[in-house]
Amino acid sequence: MNVLAPTTPVATPTIDEYFVNMGPQHPSTHGVLRLVTRLAGETVLGMSPHLGYVHRGIEKMGEAQTAVQFTHLTSRLDYLSAHMNNWGWAMAVEQACNIAVPERAEYVRVILSELTRISSHQLWWGVFGMDLGAFTPFLYGFRDREKVNDIFEKTCGQRLTMNYIIPGGLMEDVEENFVKDTREFCEYFKPLIEEYERLLSGNIIIQERTKGVGILPPDLAKAYGVTGPTLRGSGVDYDVRKNHQYGVYDRFEWKTAVSDGCDSWARYKVRLEEMRQSLKIIEQALVGMPKEGPVRTKLPAVLRIPPGRYLSRCEAARGEIAFYLVGDGTPKPYRVKIRSAGFSNLSALPHIVKGWRVADIVTIMSTFDLVIPDIDR
Amino acid sequence: MRDFLYHTDRFVLDLTQRLTDAIGIPWVVELIKMAAAAVLLVGLASVLGMVLIWIERKVAAHMQQRLGPMRVGPHGLLQTVADTLKLLAKEDITPKNADIIIYYLAPLITFAASFVCLSFLPYAPGMQAVRFNVGLLFVLGISSLGVLGILAAGWSSNNKWSMLGAMRGGAQIISYELSAALALLTAVIFTGSLDFHDIVESQREGWWIWRAPVVGLLGFVIYTIASTAECNRTPFDIVEGESELAAGFHTEYSAMKFAMFFLAEFVNIFIVSGVSATIFLGGWMPFHIGGMDGLNHVFDLIPPWVWFFGKVMALVFVVMWFRWTFPRLRVDQLMHFEWKFLMPVSFATVAVAAVLATGGWYFFSATPAAPVPQVAPKHENAKPTASGAHGERTWGTFRVQAVSFPNV
Repeated sequence: MNVLAPTTPVATPTIDEYFVNMGPQHPSTHGVLRLVTRLAGETVLGMSPHLGYVHRGIEKMGEAQTAVQFTHLTSRLDYLSAHMNNWGWAMAVEQACNIAVPERAEYVRVILSELTRISSHQLWWGVFGMDLGAFTPFLYGFRDREKVNDIFEKTCGQRLTMNYIIPGGLMEDVEENFVKDTREFCEYFKPLIEEYERLLSGNIIIQERTKGVGILPPDLAKAYGVTGPTLRGSGVDYDVRKNHQYGVYDRFEWKTAVSDGCDSWARYKVRLEEMRQSLKIIEQALVGMPKEGPVRTKLPAVLRIPPGRYLSRCEAARGEIAFYLVGDGTPKPYRVKIRSAGFSNLSALPHIVKGWRVADIVTIMSTFDLVIPDIDR
Repeated sequence: MRDFLYHTDRFVLDLTQRLTDAIGIPWVVELIKMAAAAVLLVGLASVLGMVLIWIERKVAAHMQQRLGPMRVGPHGLLQTVADTLKLLAKEDITPKNADIIIYYLAPLITFAASFVCLSFLPYAPGMQAVRFNVGLLFVLGISSLGVLGILAAGWSSNNKWSMLGAMRGGAQIISYELSAALALLTAVIFTGSLDFHDIVESQREGWWIWRAPVVGLLGFVIYTIASTAECNRTPFDIVEGESELAAGFHTEYSAMKFAMFFLAEFVNIFIVSGVSATIFLGGWMPFHIGGMDGLNHVFDLIPPWVWFFGKVMALVFVVMWFRWTFPRLRVDQLMHFEWKFLMPVSFATVAVAAVLATGGWYFFSATPAAPVPQVAPKHENAKPTASGAHGERTWGTFRVQAVSFPNV
């Protein structure tokens, strides 16, 4: 199979075929994604995604402001993994300017990132249920996500666009109850993953709708640069946290969640397992975290990016996010390039929806967990 | 008062007598009765719509750990009234290039089809707007007309999503109707009558759900599943399929035209639950076990209409429970489920029921399952018609009356 075969060319439909626009306003595209879908009855013959409805030119904007200022824009990429995006950019700048990060800040970064991953997967789980027609999981997911958001709000005053992890460490130290709140959340949420399993996973309709649906073969996934849980659902054990170790992830005992089912069910199970692993990491990090100490390295008033090319990669909730930074000795980056997980994941989508039904596009897209501002930037 | 609570048939009879005494012209009395029945039914339909929507929102809310409407009236009771007013005031949009006549007609067809069925249900003894010796068949026939409205809506809105939804709806409702009808047939075999009143009367010794061993329960379960599909409720709501088709066949409808579809959906839920309660759960008949008179008298203390509405509401709750826990099936899975599983099971149930019924192998088979058909009181001016004798015109046996009742 030629995995790089182009998507079905758009041709004049025959009498049985027709095109529908799925999006930009559609309940299941979760944002302004437009999928031009070629159908015969209910069967999908081809699909091509059209992007650009929330393109804000964030990369270009990066050239117009200083590297530290740009941190605040990275929260707006994949708004459900704001902490990870901040961290990714911070790492790129730290690498460029050779800035060391205090240990306490490293631990807090890990905890916040894993909390973000959990909250993102909680939201995904709810929305996944809703995409398959079950509305209740949506509110269950949001109920628990609220707890994480409360922790974030106490820590950095924000619930969505955090701007908390900055080059050199953290904006400021965590709030005094942070450890207690986070520990309480872990205790609270652990049994709820089982509740999630009981509400959705055991349901025969969910299993019928996802098992064997939307097979993403490992070679196709690799060819398109699919990353994150979507890739691990195809049996490829690749996780930036393990394979390109960063932060203090090497100090914790945890496993990457991998399933070789390659179908929507596998991707679903991988995300549920990831929530458990994230809880594990958080619990260990809470124990290992230094009780006090600095959280921020003093940066020069004007941080100049030395000439050179720098790359940082970070495992966001949806996969690998990489920041490519070119410096020319001024405080402003010469060029910023962001490699977002969503864009690569989406590019594999048209190849695997062919032959499935309209309802399966929704299922498959949901298990890819797309966030449109991450794709469009 | 006692009559009004327990012997609604006597109450109606009494009222008729008084009216006849006062007016003296029989056809005027009939006309008044018809008008009264019509007004009551319209009232019931609108109250049902409001109450069921409120109940649905509350059921959903409490299943999802929230409160639901709380602001308008106590516990949000008047929320639906407010929403209805909003719908009345909204702009009525007609899409460009829509097929205007069909587009306007579609909600009416759907609503009328479900509204008509309300007049056949026996709410309490004598409280049945139309008594009809093939009432069940008629209800099945009329309620299938609802699919015409869905198809018309999808076709005329000039929208591909609507069209997809309508086509799904057509295929789904027609398929599941077969199972629903077969499931009802299991009880009909035991009763030997298609008249709702006779079916209820036949359950004086016990409800068919347990009196017909196993098949009664099986028929009830099959009907519950199939009727959920007929109402386009989750897990069979592929017709609307909000996450796939935006809103399916009614995507392009707004304001009161949308409200008609919405109301029809809830009236439909009430009707299928009502039919299910009547056929399998004894309708207004209290819980009886033949021979245990003491127990039966205790249950008789609860008025029949409370029994009826209680049973129906319990079934409505089950349907809502489905909606807020189950995901949606895919269109091909839906068809597989019906044609490869539900239909064979329904056929098997009917076959077993036939054997049991002819063999008399069911509880209290000694007492005749169906009471000797009672001829409804004739109007003084009605022409005498033969009740079902062979060789007569079949239509002559259809006795359509406004508020008819047995001679008790």
